[in-house]
Amino acid sequence: MNNLSFGNLLRRPEAGAFLGLIAVLVFFVIFGSTKFLEPAGAASWLNVAANLGIVALPIGLLMIAGELDISIGAMIPAGSMMVAVLSGHYDLPIWVGMLGSLFLGLGVGLINGILVVRTAVPSLIVTLGTLFAVQGLLLGFSVLVTGTTSVALTADPLAKFIFGQFVGGSFQVIILWWFAIIALFIFFVHYSPYGNWIFAMGGDKVSARNAGIPTTRLTIILFVLSATSASFVGMCQAILFNSAQVSGGMTFIFNSIISVVVGGVLLTGGFGSVIGIFFGTITFAIVNQGIYFTTFDRNWSSLIIGIMLLLAVLMNNTFRNMALAYRPKKK
Amino acid sequence: MITPILELRNVDKSFGPIDVLHDISLKVHAGEVLCLLGDNGAGKSTLIKTMAGVFKPSSGELLMDGKPVEFRGPRDAQEAGISTVHQFGGTFPLMSIGRSFFIGVEPTKGFGPFKVYDRKKANEIAVKAVQEFGITRIDDGDRLIGGLSGGERQSLAIARAVHFGARVLILDEPTAALGVKEAAHVLRIVLEARRRGLAVIFITHQVTHAMTVGDHFAVLIRGAVAADFRKGERSREEITDLMAGGEAMAELEAEIEGHLAAQHNPPAA
Repeated sequence: MNNLSFGNLLRRPEAGAFLGLIAVLVFFVIFGSTKFLEPAGAASWLNVAANLGIVALPIGLLMIAGELDISIGAMIPAGSMMVAVLSGHYDLPIWVGMLGSLFLGLGVGLINGILVVRTAVPSLIVTLGTLFAVQGLLLGFSVLVTGTTSVALTADPLAKFIFGQFVGGSFQVIILWWFAIIALFIFFVHYSPYGNWIFAMGGDKVSARNAGIPTTRLTIILFVLSATSASFVGMCQAILFNSAQVSGGMTFIFNSIISVVVGGVLLTGGFGSVIGIFFGTITFAIVNQGIYFTTFDRNWSSLIIGIMLLLAVLMNNTFRNMALAYRPKKK
Repeated sequence: MITPILELRNVDKSFGPIDVLHDISLKVHAGEVLCLLGDNGAGKSTLIKTMAGVFKPSSGELLMDGKPVEFRGPRDAQEAGISTVHQFGGTFPLMSIGRSFFIGVEPTKGFGPFKVYDRKKANEIAVKAVQEFGITRIDDGDRLIGGLSGGERQSLAIARAVHFGARVLILDEPTAALGVKEAAHVLRIVLEARRRGLAVIFITHQVTHAMTVGDHFAVLIRGAVAADFRKGERSREEITDLMAGGEAMAELEAEIEGHLAAQHNPPAA
């Protein structure tokens, strides 16, 4: 069967995201320069994309499954503070600090997941609660323990090499992590049978449960995944910049949702793709950083992102309807 | 006498102080269509949910093949071979036919941690299963469920239940939202399921549809079986009257006609 026709490509969830990416590239080549495609320029948006992308992927899966997690906004600084306090302030080995960060993500993810599953309160509200709770805890504890809101950290060379170096002078090593994580996600979401369960959950939770899918466990796993990914990004940032602050991370909430939606994931669940989220993240990062390569004032980038989001959603709707209306031609 | 596949014996169901089902006794045999008729609120949904393991009867018992069974949940009932197909087919509009057919039991190829969902096999089996039920228009397992018509979705859901070994098929108002032609389609599939030796419980309030496929009829009124009869024992008018709660529909219709006539020809002043 030939699946590579133009029509078939358009009906895929990532079609809109791909066209959006092309449009944005053309836009910045015309109004800026091709400099942002050269290594030095590419590093600027790839760094942004990788940090955002590692969080956007699990957020995208949650959205496909019909849930949302905004507590990541607090989990990123929490992850970086955890490693900095344990390994910087208390001088414990870096591996202890890193495990601390990841376990913090695991813990908050479990709380999010269990609360959502047990209470049936919408996950937006639950994670809004944990967003503020984690933020408060973070601020309270760091002042209590260290007396400040920012902590220095010197990671040992090996940790620095794996999690926080600049490859080739300007590319953060997290970009490689991002690619590896994308590969894992593509396998699990689109090739292993488990991906099917996530789509089914977002399509119709009751039917999915009746079909024998462990919806409760799967929901909790997805929340753990997003919180842990966020604390992983925070941890890498702390190791990279040799310090951690309690603030920052809030922009990731909206940015990751934009990336995911531009990437063709349906907000109400049941539709989307990993590669689409990848395109969405890259598109977002290019708009975010590309503005520096043009003569426009930086302030206009939000306008572009807003318009891009609306266009992307309209386009994705159109493509989705095309996919729904699709009938193979009579032979 | 042949043992019925599923039997309800004096089943009562109440939610707190509210009694919904009273003393229901019903039998369904293999290769037979039982039509459950009843007006809205007669307790049809509660009854099918009790059979499907969603609710436990407050008293009375369920028997499968003559042996008492107790379902702890819908999964239990499904494993025993009782499948419910809901009005909208309980399917996932944005998933492909193959994927939704095998949801939860995906076929895989490869081994170890590299087991991969076998799209080709899933699509082939799904399309074949549906086509065996006479829906030849479905020939591509990659099509999305949302693009199918209501009747095709129902047919897919029924084919799926049969493929996974259902012995008792509960169809919850499968024709309610469908047009005439689509409904005929679904009725044909009900007959095909019966031919294959399934016990079908067909819930509807459309007497015509019930009379087309039913072998055995039970009319529910306020949670009790008001009538239980075989094909050909009652006329359509009698069934309609029964469903309306014993009031003669004919009288009601006559009243409406009289009212209309009065409006069209106002009495001379």
